[in-house]
Amino acid sequence: MSRLSSTGDTPTAELASDHLRKALIDRLRSAIGDALVDSYLVAGVDVWVRVRADAWRQAGLALRDQLGMDYFCYLSAIDWMPSPFGRSEDDPTAEVTERDDTIRQGYAGGETRFQMLARVVSSSTHVGINIKADVSENDLTVESWIPVYTGANWHERETWEMFGINFAGHPDLRHMYLPTEFEGFPLRKDFPLLARLVKPWPGIADVEPMPGVSGDDEGGE
Amino acid sequence: MGAVFAADIPYWGQSLLRALGGAVAVLLPAGTIVYVFLFKLMSFMQSRLGPMEAGPYGSMQLFAEVGKWLQKEDLYPDRADRFLFKSAPLVVLLSTFMLVVAVPFGPDAIFTNFDNGVLYVLAVSSISVLGILMAGWASANKYSLLGGLRAAGQLIAYELPMVLAVVGVVIQAETMNMQTIVVKQNAGSIFGWDGIGNPYILTQFVGFLVFMIAVQAELTQAPFDMPIAESELVAGYMTEYSGFRFLIFFIAEFATAGVFSLLASTMFLGGWGLPWSWFNWSSLDEVHNVMNVVGPLIMVTKMMLVAFIIMWARFSYPRLREDQLQKFAWKFLIPVALGNIAVTSILKVAF
Amino acid sequence: MTMIDERRQLSYIAAQAADARVNVELETEGMTLNIGPQHPATHGTLRIIARLDGEQVVWAEPSAGYMHRGYEKLTEVRTFPQITALVNRIDWLGSFANEVPFILAAEQLMGIEAPPRAQHIRTILFELSRIANVSLFLGDLGVQLGAITPVFMAFRDREYVLNLIEAATGGRFHPNFDRIGGLKDDLPKGWLEDTKASMHKLRTFCGEIEDLLFGNEIFQARTRGVGIIPKEVALQYGLSGANLRASGVDWDLRRDQSLPMAWDKVDWKVWTHPDGDCFARCWIRLQEVREATKIVDQLCDTVPSGPIMAKVPRIIKVPEGEAWVSTENPLGEMGYYVVSKGDTGPFRVKIRSASFNNISITPWLLKGVLVPDIITILASLYFILGDIDR
Repeated sequence: MSRLSSTGDTPTAELASDHLRKALIDRLRSAIGDALVDSYLVAGVDVWVRVRADAWRQAGLALRDQLGMDYFCYLSAIDWMPSPFGRSEDDPTAEVTERDDTIRQGYAGGETRFQMLARVVSSSTHVGINIKADVSENDLTVESWIPVYTGANWHERETWEMFGINFAGHPDLRHMYLPTEFEGFPLRKDFPLLARLVKPWPGIADVEPMPGVSGDDEGGE
Repeated sequence: MGAVFAADIPYWGQSLLRALGGAVAVLLPAGTIVYVFLFKLMSFMQSRLGPMEAGPYGSMQLFAEVGKWLQKEDLYPDRADRFLFKSAPLVVLLSTFMLVVAVPFGPDAIFTNFDNGVLYVLAVSSISVLGILMAGWASANKYSLLGGLRAAGQLIAYELPMVLAVVGVVIQAETMNMQTIVVKQNAGSIFGWDGIGNPYILTQFVGFLVFMIAVQAELTQAPFDMPIAESELVAGYMTEYSGFRFLIFFIAEFATAGVFSLLASTMFLGGWGLPWSWFNWSSLDEVHNVMNVVGPLIMVTKMMLVAFIIMWARFSYPRLREDQLQKFAWKFLIPVALGNIAVTSILKVAF
Repeated sequence: MTMIDERRQLSYIAAQAADARVNVELETEGMTLNIGPQHPATHGTLRIIARLDGEQVVWAEPSAGYMHRGYEKLTEVRTFPQITALVNRIDWLGSFANEVPFILAAEQLMGIEAPPRAQHIRTILFELSRIANVSLFLGDLGVQLGAITPVFMAFRDREYVLNLIEAATGGRFHPNFDRIGGLKDDLPKGWLEDTKASMHKLRTFCGEIEDLLFGNEIFQARTRGVGIIPKEVALQYGLSGANLRASGVDWDLRRDQSLPMAWDKVDWKVWTHPDGDCFARCWIRLQEVREATKIVDQLCDTVPSGPIMAKVPRIIKVPEGEAWVSTENPLGEMGYYVVSKGDTGPFRVKIRSASFNNISITPWLLKGVLVPDIITILASLYFILGDIDR
């Protein structure tokens, strides 16, 4: 079961990686101090950290320069508000029961509805880190990561286009995918998925009778 | 039959024959090359069959295509320069007709017997550049313009290797008269051995190679098809043409391929004749009339051989970028052709 | 290497000079050329706006989004099996490979692993989709450069792989075969022998393409030294897959992370190239196809027996949590960040597609190149529109 590759072995035993992941958290804390608000480690799997929004670029620089994270994977955002339209899978004729609309953030906590999410990886140790930042709804701005990773340009354009988060210092913040005149920010949860509004989903267990079989009544739901 | 080809056909009859012959000499090679090489050879090389529906084995496909192109709408872009746009394909086709006039098909089956046939041919072949430039400019389309400009640069650059390659033949034949070149090749001998006459391809193989490469570039075939680089410029200078005008470009492209093949077989492969030694001829007087009929057939065969090489290279090679193409012409082909001339001259004087 | 440095310097100088000419000389305006969205060269509806000075590019910018289908919004209203069907269509040439990271993320959240037989067959189908995808790239490479013959061989030999995928999954292009906990069905009888026979044919195809295309001097003249991406720039932009390995970075997600798939059970090699030019990228993909055929051969010999699906409930509710899984897809690194709240479907899915990052480098890369080189560079970066636009 040996593996031939053009360089030597890379440590892939889980314990080694966890050791590296813990070291990442420690090094980041020593680099940016209390701007690192929270962290979360899933053993053998991955590591999450959360930083303050005003330290977003600073954290990026620390990740690149001090933690050796030279590979920029992606940058995006998460809107933690549950969709007021539900999952659009319920019977549209039934009464709308109460929907739970509390905002519950995920790993590494959070206090705001919008959170930045980015991932960077080290090309030498192949260990990556997910980094989040709370973005306050009153001031939906974070600093641009372009001075940190040039590739962030397109990702920030897409995040702005989809969520409405501004990136201070971005030279050319314009639409990536949508036409220039498009209004609204589609990936926000309060922006409805128009296809489901136009034609409601007929139901999760959508069973039609087989052709030729005498069905009891038309349509399961 | 022989009487038809006797020398006392009235002048108007000869002119009619010449006009008809000209049309046939241009369209027949075009059609044959298109069917045999473009439809069938290319398909077989690409492990597919090609057109099979129209006629037995797709032989009527060409007529079907002609019919299709003819019945299309006569479009031209709004901002195109009308006169230039309409006349550009005709200019390109015109140059083909003017080229074929100088090719001899038999001892008497000629359109005209230029004393400076080679010079005339080389001069006239540049007229197509004008047509292409006109097409590129008049189309009011950036793609066409780019294609036209690329074509102009390329075609002018590759005129020179073509000229220089042919000079070696002229030196060896001591004449520019195409008819004399053919006769000399068939009647001649190599160092006294006349088993196959003296086809200039043997002694002028370098010249033949340079000529073939230059012809490939003159026809804007791959690897020199920058002007029509399909994956970049859609169709280059031909982008805005459709219907009958595109058909003329299409015919002109393959007709020119045919005519250049005819020229190559005239100058390098012995033209319409067969080596005299095979039949123990001392002159062509007895077989004049026969050769007037057989000569064109032999020319067609030799033309197909040369066209095969042109088309084979076209389907196999990727295309060169235009700066690489220019470098190749100026820094490689021209010095090689000049060297060929030098060596030929030395050997001609020595032997 | 000096040739490449020299070329790099020259193209930088040319870009600066071209820029200066366009700005200063008012008579000769630069021409703005629009390549696409309908164009024979781009793999779909990509539009490149290029400002030219003669034949040289002063500034070029791709304009994506003509095929944006709103995947990330669609996933918010679908269940996990429905998303599997949806996600096939991101990179439609190597479809099965799109499903795998998503299913693995869901399985990670559920804390289950597919049985070994399912893992093994997943890996076989993954590598088959890599072969299907990249062999088309090899044929298409010829067409972009003007050689019209290799593409027919590519399509002909790709049919073998597509037939295999169809025999196993029922779909040539969109298998929709992966399920949380395993695969939908077991393999048909005789499939493994057929696969090995087809792999032999594909190795022949690779040899043919190597002779016909890569050995050709014109091909080498068109691709060597063109579009050089240095290693640091590649990492900054998040280039992945063959593009990254062509710049000298030894990184392959199949080898460098432990996923419940079968790559660590076979012998195979990771290919890198120091040059970082178009030729390197194309050459590495050729070697990867060969390597994939060898992987499939070895995997077909060692398929373990057992169940094809773990015990999962019929309607699956994935527990609350977040997971990121990325795999070495044919186009590069494709990953899914799945946020689940305990429903039958995810709360948010972020799709990290390889071509998005790969193409984001083109504004930087295309400065100062000639128009034909635009096509060569785009061909060598190799993108699928569905992957850029999602």
